[in-house]
Amino acid sequence: MSAALVQQLVDGFAALMLLTSFALLAQHRMLSVLHWFAGQGLLLAATAAIVAYGTDNEELYISALMALLLKGMLLPWLLRRVIRQLHVHREVEPLMNGSLTMLVALGVTLFSFHIIQPIEKTSLLMTRDSMAIATACVLLGMLMMITRKKAITQVIGFLAVENALFFAAIGATNGMPLVVEIGIAFDVLIAALIFGLFFFQIRTTFDSLEVDTMNAHLIHKDDDE
Amino acid sequence: MNLFLATLLSPLLGGLLLALINNPRLAARLNVVTGISTFIFSVLLALEVLGVKSVDAMDGWFHLDAYNVFLVVLTAFVGMTTTIFSGPYMRHELENGRVDVMRLRLYHSMFQLFQFGMLLGFTTNNIGVLWVSLELATLATVLLVSLYRTPASIAAAWKYFILCGMGIALALFGTVLVFFTSSAVLGHGNEALNWTALYAHAAQLDPAVMSIAFCFLMVGYGTKVGLAPMHAWLPDAHGEGPTPVSAVLSGLLLNLALYALVRCKMLVDGSTGTEMAGHIMMGFGLLSLAVSALSLHKQRDIKRMFSFSSIEHMALMTFAFGIGTSLATFAALLHMTVHSLVKSAIFFTVGHAAQAMGTQKVAEIRGLIRHHPGIGWGLLVGVAAIAGFPPFGVFTSEFLIFTAALESYPWTTVPLLLGLLVAMAGLFRFVQPMVYGETPDYAKHVHVNMTPVYIHLSLALLLGLAIPGFLADWYHQAATLITMAATAAGGGA
Repeated sequence: MSAALVQQLVDGFAALMLLTSFALLAQHRMLSVLHWFAGQGLLLAATAAIVAYGTDNEELYISALMALLLKGMLLPWLLRRVIRQLHVHREVEPLMNGSLTMLVALGVTLFSFHIIQPIEKTSLLMTRDSMAIATACVLLGMLMMITRKKAITQVIGFLAVENALFFAAIGATNGMPLVVEIGIAFDVLIAALIFGLFFFQIRTTFDSLEVDTMNAHLIHKDDDE
Repeated sequence: MNLFLATLLSPLLGGLLLALINNPRLAARLNVVTGISTFIFSVLLALEVLGVKSVDAMDGWFHLDAYNVFLVVLTAFVGMTTTIFSGPYMRHELENGRVDVMRLRLYHSMFQLFQFGMLLGFTTNNIGVLWVSLELATLATVLLVSLYRTPASIAAAWKYFILCGMGIALALFGTVLVFFTSSAVLGHGNEALNWTALYAHAAQLDPAVMSIAFCFLMVGYGTKVGLAPMHAWLPDAHGEGPTPVSAVLSGLLLNLALYALVRCKMLVDGSTGTEMAGHIMMGFGLLSLAVSALSLHKQRDIKRMFSFSSIEHMALMTFAFGIGTSLATFAALLHMTVHSLVKSAIFFTVGHAAQAMGTQKVAEIRGLIRHHPGIGWGLLVGVAAIAGFPPFGVFTSEFLIFTAALESYPWTTVPLLLGLLVAMAGLFRFVQPMVYGETPDYAKHVHVNMTPVYIHLSLALLLGLAIPGFLADWYHQAATLITMAATAAGGGA
């Protein structure tokens, strides 16, 4: 594969990455959100494998494998089990309606391309687009966390941000050093396990998985007496 | 560098071992032993490092210089006294049924794991690993904050988890950006994230990318430092967790985040040759000072109140590091030390006070001096120290920060002074009635261990009266190290 082809493929995957981020925001049913999330994980693994092949970087194959196992399979599987066991298939009325969210998301994406512009001039690699898209995906994941009310969708938003960061590392810098990559994967795994634990605790304590119900306990603490 | 390994492995092994021990009494003892051994190793390590200025350990994976070795000792010290304090404190919680044996096991184990994450973060030479260890320490404390499993504690832990997770994700993005520009200079490998290598080649890093990276790092690590407006997690996490955890959160974890931020600032300064990073830090510092000083007045929960005081002091340090002159940096380092000592002492005292009164509500804690002079005086002296009364060390460091501000940015002294006064008024407004007055009849007798408090406060007093020569040298070395980046770049530009 020629270098140009690899670059085009990475750019293509970047576009798909942006698509999945938008799809995550647009979906309302819990299981479809999860499917798009799993798809994003597979996309990451594929990107890592292609960059690994293109740059002859063996460490990246390990990253790709980790992404495939952790983000493409294990995390979606864990979340699916949680959704099944807690019966939260029916989902969420987001804080903003669908079309407004999409408009904001569009604005966020444009903004990302704007702030990454200074990098465009300096970049030796032709990676500016993937950098801008990674930034956009980070911000879109955050938007998802803000606009959704359920704890589980918040977590998916959080993990989508992690995915975007992984993509930034792969697409824009050809991957972080392996030690760091493993460390990050390890942290994400532990975080996901703690999240899982929390879901059950939250459910038994509050009888709901809505973040507002939880926060009410903190807000009222200041006003009781 | 066997001493270095011993310092790092002591909490890790202790934590793993504690995960297996069911007997609360034995676990508390082992916890103390681990704390003491970590501290002894760290002191020996510091003596060794100070002799040679800076050391690379394990093929350059770890780097020790005056700046971080001093924080390693501080961390090990506060960790040690916290283990001593937590023995009787957690026994009381166990007897009152707020935790059971299983959760106590989790507590001990996570506490040592947290210590390990802290020490790893301070000593590692790789800014990626620094991020990983900060996240590790955060995850350990999330489990500690929700230890009581009350609705409020779970909500607080969730908020802490989500907000800090988010913040720290931004910091990772900043790190990726740093790697983006550094891999062009230093090659695609571990070298490009090695702090020493980055620092040596800071001038070659692209200023535009580094500026963008700093914005992400600032917001990311700033969330962890507890700077406004990203501070929302901090009071809840401090208020709902067990008191030993509040003590180490305030006294230690915030320091690690600020340490990471300052390391990044040194790189950005070296790259851009401007004072942009410093100005951003000063801005965040002043804003957080104002927000925390005002919020302090609204609090009804004693631990939440003191957590706002922590934000106030972290803001002050961020501001001082932002000024970036060697005097300001010296003052910030001194302030970091005394704040860790005094604030953890206050949390120890507050923990005992809350146990004695059976509540954390400020309005229901009354007459501490009559009930138990040790707790009452401890709280009063501790608050006097943290509010910046002479002769305590906080006064010295705040005075130095003031002097530095007056030299470089005279107008900032007005908001600075105002913030400090408002915060002090807030503290005393609540502390007076808690300490003096009639003891209510619901006050219980509790077994207290005030020794750690006395040790911390006398050290803070000592630092206020006369900083020992070797310590002053140490601060000087560290301050020179930190300011060198800025001046070198400024001279070159």
